[in-house]
Amino acid sequence: MSGYDALWTPVLHRITRWRRDLDDTVTFGLAPVEGAEALAPPRPGQFHMLWVYGIGEVPISVSGIDRDGTPVVHTVRAVGRVTEALCRLQPGDTVGVRGPFGSAWPEARPGEDLLVVAGGLGLAPLRPVVHAAIEAPERFGSLTVVIGARSPSALLFEEEIRSWSHEGVDVRVTVDYADAGWRGSIGVVTRLLRDAVRDPARTVALVCGPEVMMRASARELTSIGLPGASILLSLERNMECAVGLCGHCQLGAKFVCVDGPVLSWERIEPLLGIREV
Amino acid sequence: MKSLPELLSEQPVFAGLSESDLVFLAGCCGLHHVPHGDVVFREGGPADRAFVVRSGRVVLELHEPGRGSFSVGTVEPGEVLGWSWLHAPYRWRTDALAVGDSSLFAFDAACLRQKLEADPRLGYAVVLRMAELATERLHATRVQLIDLYGPRSGDREDRR
Ligand SMILES: Cc1cc2nc3c(=O)[nH]c(=O)nc-3n(C[C@H](O)[C@H](O)[C@H](O)COP(=O)(O)OP(=O)(O)OC[C@H]3O[C@@H](n4cnc5c(N)ncnc54)[C@H](O)[C@@H]3O)c2cc1C
Ligand code: FES
Repeated sequence: MSGYDALWTPVLHRITRWRRDLDDTVTFGLAPVEGAEALAPPRPGQFHMLWVYGIGEVPISVSGIDRDGTPVVHTVRAVGRVTEALCRLQPGDTVGVRGPFGSAWPEARPGEDLLVVAGGLGLAPLRPVVHAAIEAPERFGSLTVVIGARSPSALLFEEEIRSWSHEGVDVRVTVDYADAGWRGSIGVVTRLLRDAVRDPARTVALVCGPEVMMRASARELTSIGLPGASILLSLERNMECAVGLCGHCQLGAKFVCVDGPVLSWERIEPLLGIREV
Repeated sequence: MKSLPELLSEQPVFAGLSESDLVFLAGCCGLHHVPHGDVVFREGGPADRAFVVRSGRVVLELHEPGRGSFSVGTVEPGEVLGWSWLHAPYRWRTDALAVGDSSLFAFDAACLRQKLEADPRLGYAVVLRMAELATERLHATRVQLIDLYGPRSGDREDRR
């Protein structure tokens, strides 16, 4: 299939692995069905359009790349028609996939500290960054992962996060609500950021989560001294074509599907105040 | 080993204060170690000390008879623990317990208030900073309350 076709025509993929993460969230691996041509390998931060036959198509970020023999992994939270249908699929079922689309998280440079800030499902698009960093620790200075969740029981990838700590990653978790007995932090992620940044001039922050949380995090990181160009956010907007033609995802003069979803705070700060019409 | 004024200078609440201001304030301050689970203060108790968390963590709790304790938030390293020492009636409004072994900067509240009153320039700078931090905390609490990671509005389930 030509590159052009891959952007427009869904390639049939089969669900190879499947796991329920939370009541409303599942993670599954996808591989092309027999005879279908593989799509280009995605980079961390990019997304695919996943199409459920007869129901519709939605953008979903890549939450794992080439792990355990599965070319690509996605994590989906059921919020509406299409995502509910995706969450109902089982191993062996098929999905149409277009992509990969959009911009990727930047690669860390040697000596640079990587600060990953994730809220709720926002951890999914950042997970491949953490995997890559754990596999190549020589590529950057230190890795700190700050995670915000609704409650301890709503923490995504809980077991895996524990294993990251054992791999030397500085993981800090905060929740909005907890019962007595929770030994972690309670409160919003922004309150953990100051303590998590060692040298603002050498830190790159990758932030993903609800927009209120990303704006607050970016402002806090700016006040700590990180330049706007070193703060990267992953934006969500309604999408249809994913190739910059339909205008559904327009934000100011940018199309989130091609200019984003990963954009620097420096570039998008003036646009984030603009309300959707 | 760092001196107390040097340690204080690293706390965001005292950022920008001169060395002599920090030495002046350190006169009211000591380090206070609290083992995991120990009470720092209780709701209704006299707010006779002002704290800044140096390491570890402190959880704020409200107790409802018959329902137990509710954790309302934690205070992290570098953050001010409690504001009740600053204004009458000088009574704590929540319980505070150490989570993990924690170390706190503990100021004698009467001594601190007296120093801030005696030097209005410094008093204004510190109280302004306290107001800034309290405003930030209030905003953070509002964000916490909107249940950002929960279902979208119109479709909210019970939070617990
Ligand atoms: C670049 C990009 C990457 C994304 N990555 C992921 C991902 O990795 N995993 C994932 O689960 N989702 C992801 N999303 C969001 C996902 O695309 C939407 O949840 C999906 O389009 C909703 O479609 P639906 O048909 O299920 O719901 P609809 O029927 O369109 O909407 C039903 C209800 O869900 C609400 N809703 C819509 N979008 C969201 C949302 N993002 N969050 C919460 N509520 C929503 C609507 O307001 C409405 O009330 C991403 C979106 C973008 C733009
Ligand atoms: S989704 Fe069509 S322009 Fe972005």
